[in-house]
Amino acid sequence: MDDRLVIAGKAYRSRLLVGTGKYRDFEQTRLAVEASGAEIVTVAIRRVNIGQTAGEPSLLEVLPPSRYTILPNTAGCYTADDAVRTLRLARELLDGHSLVKLEVLGDADTLFPNMPETLAAARTLVAEGFQVMVYCSDDPILARELEETGCVAVMPLASLIGSGMGILNPWNLQIILDRAKVPVLVDAGIGTASDAAVAMELGCDGVLMNTAIAKARDPVRMGRAMKLAVEAGREAWLAGRMDKKPYKASASSPVEGLIGKTA
Amino acid sequence: MELMLRINGAERRFEPPLTVAGLVGRLGVEGKRVAIERNGEIVPRSRYGDVLLADGDRLEVVVAVGGG
Repeated sequence: MDDRLVIAGKAYRSRLLVGTGKYRDFEQTRLAVEASGAEIVTVAIRRVNIGQTAGEPSLLEVLPPSRYTILPNTAGCYTADDAVRTLRLARELLDGHSLVKLEVLGDADTLFPNMPETLAAARTLVAEGFQVMVYCSDDPILARELEETGCVAVMPLASLIGSGMGILNPWNLQIILDRAKVPVLVDAGIGTASDAAVAMELGCDGVLMNTAIAKARDPVRMGRAMKLAVEAGREAWLAGRMDKKPYKASASSPVEGLIGKTA
Repeated sequence: MELMLRINGAERRFEPPLTVAGLVGRLGVEGKRVAIERNGEIVPRSRYGDVLLADGDRLEVVVAVGGG
């Protein structure tokens, strides 16, 4: 049974992608990521703390690029220009690695994406040879435009980043899923395992999450829960669920051979 | 004549001449996985030894950190 997630021509066994922010320390990050089974992990790009780094381990020593596919993001960028600059730095930092996560935010309270800036950044990045996985709103038309721009995956939000509110508009996601020819991953808003399972049961190709694992009471255990949920949801989608029959029950046990009946 | 560089938004002064490789050593990030942008352009690691810094250069020195 070979069911791989293929992004930009590369196949992955795990359909769960995880962020590396908000953990207590690097050890907890490492253990939770391991438990999640994720092969693709997102990182942010930030100014180095000059004079405060001597002897400190770095994230990429804890999560080595030889073992994980590192997905640098543009979290915190509010313009296409800043996002593009950030990812050019990331590509240099990661020795020419071109798979990236683009997100251009529009508002500090909601962290909702600024889609015009996101589209502008996507065009520039694709032209420069980046393989762009893009965080976006769940608007099917914008998702299609991003796909036509050459993004290798579209990643609509399920709900606001870090909100844990789950999938608020499965119908929009379904439209995107029905039409997209590139992988569709839910990015942002997952709160617990059932949310991840629902995303996969809708037919999503994968799920990207951070806070749901990092801010669980036991992040390592939640990492494992999310792994199982994504696998279960995927299997259920592949299996094809039974039809819903809201007005008609159907007994699971035989209706013949009941005792006390006259023949 | 001192060399004024704006590194990660803060002014710092150095004795010229200074290459990017020299700066990396002075900042204590030698051997660390960093990337550097100079006046908006990436400086490839292979060129650290060649690129001489000029007074007023704006530099961004970045690393990967935890993020979602």
